[in-house]
Amino acid sequence: MSAPRHAVWSRFRRNRAALAAALLLALTAGLCFGTLGWSAAEMRHAELDAARRAPSAAHPLGTDELGRDLLARALYGGALSLGLGLLAAAIAVVIGTAYGALAGYVGGRCDEVMMRVVDVLYALPYMLLVMLLTVSLGAWLERWQLVGSEWSRFVVLALAIGGVSWLTMARVVRGQVLSLREQPFIEAARALGLPTRRILVRHILPNLAGPVIVFATLAVPQAILQESFLSFLGVGVQPPQATWGLLAADGVRLLNPVQFDWWLVVFPCAALALTLLALNFVGDGLRDAFDVRIVRT
Amino acid sequence: MARFVLRRLLSFPLVLLAVYSGAVLLVLATPGEGLESGEKELPPEVLQQKRIAYNYDQSWLKRYFWTWPKRLVWDRDLPSHQYEDWTVVEIMRSALPVSLQLGVLALGLAVTLGIAVGVLSAAQRGRWLDQLAVGLCLIGVSLPTFVIGALLLIVFALWLRAVPVGGWGRPAQALLPALTLALPFAAYIARLTRSAMLDAFSEDYIRTARAKGLSEWQVLINHALRNALLPVLSYLGPAAAAIFTGSFVVEKIFTVPGMGTHVVESINNRDQTLILATVMVYSVLLATFNLLVDLLYGVVDPRIRVGARMA
Repeated sequence: MSAPRHAVWSRFRRNRAALAAALLLALTAGLCFGTLGWSAAEMRHAELDAARRAPSAAHPLGTDELGRDLLARALYGGALSLGLGLLAAAIAVVIGTAYGALAGYVGGRCDEVMMRVVDVLYALPYMLLVMLLTVSLGAWLERWQLVGSEWSRFVVLALAIGGVSWLTMARVVRGQVLSLREQPFIEAARALGLPTRRILVRHILPNLAGPVIVFATLAVPQAILQESFLSFLGVGVQPPQATWGLLAADGVRLLNPVQFDWWLVVFPCAALALTLLALNFVGDGLRDAFDVRIVRT
Repeated sequence: MARFVLRRLLSFPLVLLAVYSGAVLLVLATPGEGLESGEKELPPEVLQQKRIAYNYDQSWLKRYFWTWPKRLVWDRDLPSHQYEDWTVVEIMRSALPVSLQLGVLALGLAVTLGIAVGVLSAAQRGRWLDQLAVGLCLIGVSLPTFVIGALLLIVFALWLRAVPVGGWGRPAQALLPALTLALPFAAYIARLTRSAMLDAFSEDYIRTARAKGLSEWQVLINHALRNALLPVLSYLGPAAAAIFTGSFVVEKIFTVPGMGTHVVESINNRDQTLILATVMVYSVLLATFNLLVDLLYGVVDPRIRVGARMA
């Protein structure tokens, strides 16, 4: 059962680190999304004469191998990374909550089968499946021309990552529902003759807010991380689009002992790491504030 | 216990069948056969020959039920179209052991390092060592592997020249990749161990153990850690899945000749048989590993009667 809202907020506010992290996140998100109008155009602007320049007044974060401004690319990449993380987390939350709530509420044999399925899915080489899904779905999206071809990868990645990361959510929600189901107010609702769907939506779901919010916060950095892995392997978002993962991967790819373009590695990595750190901080803070126990297995 | 093992063993082929079907579905749903992707246009006769060689001329039903299982499991002669002279089995034989060695090494490292740091951190709770460990672990779970890998590469291989930059075969070459792959998981296991230890400290049996005069060390290891191992144990399954597939990234940084490049290339080139083979091999591996973990559960925690365990 989750604590009253004001108690949660006051507990969260006392957690200095989490509060600072939340502010940092808000600032980052504001900056990335707020400058989208400028960065979306600027990040494609290549100047081959000015390739791989160190940070200067004209390009505060330097330029990449095609002479594109890294600041614009990093801001744009941030918007895309955060957007992808949020989208994937939202998908995971919707699937996971529905699945977990159903398993927990119906219970019995159905619950056992549904949870065995989750156990099995846990043990799959999901990176492989995400890659397969990305390529497969991506090809179809391009064929159907539902979204512009540059965006198909973005949509597909969010779908694929969200589609495989709902498992933890399902487990957490199921556990919560199992204990909620035995509470008197649910029994009362049942005694009133409410249909199952209404009990689930009106009485069970609102009481799941705590764990769901906490999980969603922790799922965003996971999704961003997974996207960065895929980008590094070359199956993520495709250039000229940019995400922090892709920028960092590009920087790492260009690493060599002869020419050390540190800014191409340091800035994207720092942005990525700081944001992930902040998201984890906020997630941990929320978990303590909501006083929910999530064993992330 | 025997019944539980039997039930798990029986569900094993079912799981694999489900994975196989899912993978086939995804592979077949992907448009394009990857044969035409070369620079120059192939004559139709050559294309037709190739399609026959790779069984693309057959219906999906026949491929699913007959050709693929037969050629993958019994004949072991399935060609792979990225490397025309190699069969899938030959590719696997050369690359898979490398990836597996790296994965096993990293998994072992992650578990030992994670538990050690977690125990130390819990024993020193609130002091500076604990705070340092907690901070480092939070950073550890927030950094992508390739960032850690790049940092380690720059510092130890390029600046200090303590270890080789890449390659595979000598123990020194395995050090950085294994460490890179292990660190995020070590950090997560340390967090799990620490919080489980702290929970255990408030239990009655710890007070009893202290009361009967056991040394702090004995209390810590024999009583608290034993119970704190359970969450770690249940994390091992997902961790193994993530480590063995995460090794693709690490292999790319340190130019380790493992499965990583083959996997990415096979997916990009629609190399259906190599994709299927990889997915199946990894699934068998991870499913076996999870079975072992489940059995270990009963060994570590005497309270769990495996036969009566709910899913």
